Amino acid sequence: MGDLLDDYQLADAYDEMFTGLSQPREHYQSLNAVLQTLSRRDFEERCDARDRAFRDAGITFQLSGEERPFPLDLVPRILPADEWTVIESGVRQRVQALEAFLADVYGPGRILKDGVIPRRLVVTSTNFQRAAAGIEPPRGVRVHVAGIDLVRDAEGKFRVLEDNLRTPSGISYVIENRRAMTRVFPELFASHRVRRVADYPTRLLESLRATAPEGVEDPSVVVLTPGVHNAAYFEHSFLARQMGVELVEGSDLVCHDNIVAMRTTEGLQRVDVVYRRIDDDYLDPLHFLGSSVLGCPGIVNAARAGMVTIANAVGNGVGDDKALYPYVPDMIRFYLGEEPVLANVETFRLEEPDVCEWALERLDRLVVKPVDGSGGHGLVIGPHADDKELTALGRRIRRNPRGWIAQEPVALSTAPTYVDEAMGPRHLDLRPFAINDGERIWVVPGGLTRVALPEGSLVVNSSQGGGSKDTWVLASPTDGPEPVPDPAAPAAPLPDAPLRPPDRGPVQAQGQQQQQAGTAC
Amino acid sequence: MLSRIAESLYWIGRYTERAEDTARLLDVHYHHLLEDRWADEATACAGLLRAMGDDPDELIAATDADGVTEFLSFDTKNPASITSSLTAAWENARGAREAISSEMWETLNTTHHTLPSQARLVAGRTPHDFFRWVKERAAMLAGLADSTLSRDEGWSFLVLGRNLERVDMTARLLSARYAETWGPTVWTTTLRCCSAYEAYLRTYRHGVDASSALEFLLLDRLFPRSVLHALTTAQRSLGELDPRAGRTGVDDDARRILGRCHAELSFLRVSDAAADLPELLEHLQDATAQVHRAVSDRYFLDTHAIAWSA
Repeated sequence: MGDLLDDYQLADAYDEMFTGLSQPREHYQSLNAVLQTLSRRDFEERCDARDRAFRDAGITFQLSGEERPFPLDLVPRILPADEWTVIESGVRQRVQALEAFLADVYGPGRILKDGVIPRRLVVTSTNFQRAAAGIEPPRGVRVHVAGIDLVRDAEGKFRVLEDNLRTPSGISYVIENRRAMTRVFPELFASHRVRRVADYPTRLLESLRATAPEGVEDPSVVVLTPGVHNAAYFEHSFLARQMGVELVEGSDLVCHDNIVAMRTTEGLQRVDVVYRRIDDDYLDPLHFLGSSVLGCPGIVNAARAGMVTIANAVGNGVGDDKALYPYVPDMIRFYLGEEPVLANVETFRLEEPDVCEWALERLDRLVVKPVDGSGGHGLVIGPHADDKELTALGRRIRRNPRGWIAQEPVALSTAPTYVDEAMGPRHLDLRPFAINDGERIWVVPGGLTRVALPEGSLVVNSSQGGGSKDTWVLASPTDGPEPVPDPAAPAAPLPDAPLRPPDRGPVQAQGQQQQQAGTAC
Repeated sequence: MLSRIAESLYWIGRYTERAEDTARLLDVHYHHLLEDRWADEATACAGLLRAMGDDPDELIAATDADGVTEFLSFDTKNPASITSSLTAAWENARGAREAISSEMWETLNTTHHTLPSQARLVAGRTPHDFFRWVKERAAMLAGLADSTLSRDEGWSFLVLGRNLERVDMTARLLSARYAETWGPTVWTTTLRCCSAYEAYLRTYRHGVDASSALEFLLLDRLFPRSVLHALTTAQRSLGELDPRAGRTGVDDDARRILGRCHAELSFLRVSDAAADLPELLEHLQDATAQVHRAVSDRYFLDTHAIAWSA
């Protein structure tokens, strides 16, 4: 018997694994049984194996200028089939509504005319790109890839914390985490039917090709990266490799007469779809930052002319602007006529003066975020902040109420996590990834579970020292094998008779005789 | 060159390639079985054993992934296990130390001596590290051979052995997979076995489908682990061993068989290959066996000690 989970104490939050002391939830029982057989020492050996594997593979990210192996916690996070069904449909619904919203604000603007969302909120967004107005993307897809951040509240209900419609990252870690887990901890998989995540790159490539400009027969796709110094460079090269497409930098591309091409040894080669991992600001110096050398001058006009697909589209940032986040449920009702499957976190709109006054008085009980921040930068958790911080924050909010939102703190759910040689509860979130090809939205069964490693911390971003967990979505017992993107050929029959045994070299009987002769001498 | 030495080099090539390919096969299938719980483990394991020339009905212990891994990796009674292959390669090198570079010898010798400790390390743990070690040792030997061996007859025999084995093992790998039980991702798995997945993606630029994957593994001219590439290389080695080119025909049996096989594949449509895959694979295996016999008869003649009966 192992001692691994012996001193596990529940925190004051919903725990993913346990309902009480040593009482695992039903879908965690077989995992618990395996973990019970491990001692702390066994577990640490696996941790070493994991670190070696990540370091050897160069799966790292930069934290304050330092390369570190991606911190994967070896206790997986398990989601049963019924919970996953809710998440999947909720994410799909949300992406659908946000697509409709983007098409609307860069087009007719119905939702603004109807007064459902105040126009000034949209046009004051730093991510509202006038250059994107009137661009009709192929098949109407602007959100090729979305990452919707979910948290589980004290009642165990999933809520949306934020939407990422620009260049959500983390999918490479989802796939690499799974690969590392099967190598380091094969026996954990034996008693579970875990749904596959490795199809993602294939699906992404298919949907990128599907959203190529109309009439292109064999579209050529590239991944556009800012370069090796970008924090997510590993992911860019991972996706390019897994999709078998070129990874290009801005200087590899040229745009002439609205045709985007890459410089190759065989001359210029036309590019039809650019999966860019560069922010809007740096994408095209003709439209945005004139000083940018990372982008491709002219690419936005090429997209407007329908000669190239930019994925994700320019201007998506207005959809995941935090000031518009409280309106997403309204968007779902407005465009789809449905009630939201996944609720928002209770959020206060600080641009309304009386709400702002009310919130300023109780900053110590709220979570406050800048509307254009990402990666957890600038976030202030009221209950964890001191007076000085709060006063400074109050002053900044007063100066620019449009720049901030306030939320009720959510007691993020916890799960057992191995930190400092002990298993303890740590808070976590979940980022499922969705791919839209214009016909359907596919959600990868799993996602990135991020863990806040310091005890009690609620900030899970890897740029703030967060870790991650392999996320297992269990298949329901009635599910058959999952369909693959491209079905395998009809299988030929299994050979009944064994094939011929492998040929063998000269027999070594002669060698033994020589040895005997040797001893006789 | 002495026939005995030539034969040893040929077998060093074959045995290290066999050990490497078996490690590749097991590595990928072991993890595939873990990740894809829909695969029927017993049937899949039986398919793997049959492909390696064993009868699963006789091997009661090897019915699950762990049993098969044990049998094909460590079982010294199984002549085709990784351990047996590496030991056989070492034995051949021991008898031909003066003909190979000392770096090559040391690599094989270290591998042989490290085997027991590697096997112990794996006991009760994930075998991935072991497979990786085997692949690395094989790669190291190939690299050292490439940079330290003169391009003389010995080199040709080593390369010939390696590539004949590659044809044979790839045929086995493909027979192991044409069972439905591997589940829907079977072709991705098969490509991964040959480290061909990424090369495939760069070549075809679309997802894995049966016909393209088969085409890549059988017929690709540029990928070094494809059957056609291995046949081409083996053919070149045979040509180097016997550079006389008459005005008509070839009087060397091995070259004739290999050349015919090479020509067939060169002009084969992938749809035809897919239609008669089992026959084609059997044909490939027969051809390698025939080439092996022809090479033995011609070059290694009489190297076996005559066992005098008492």
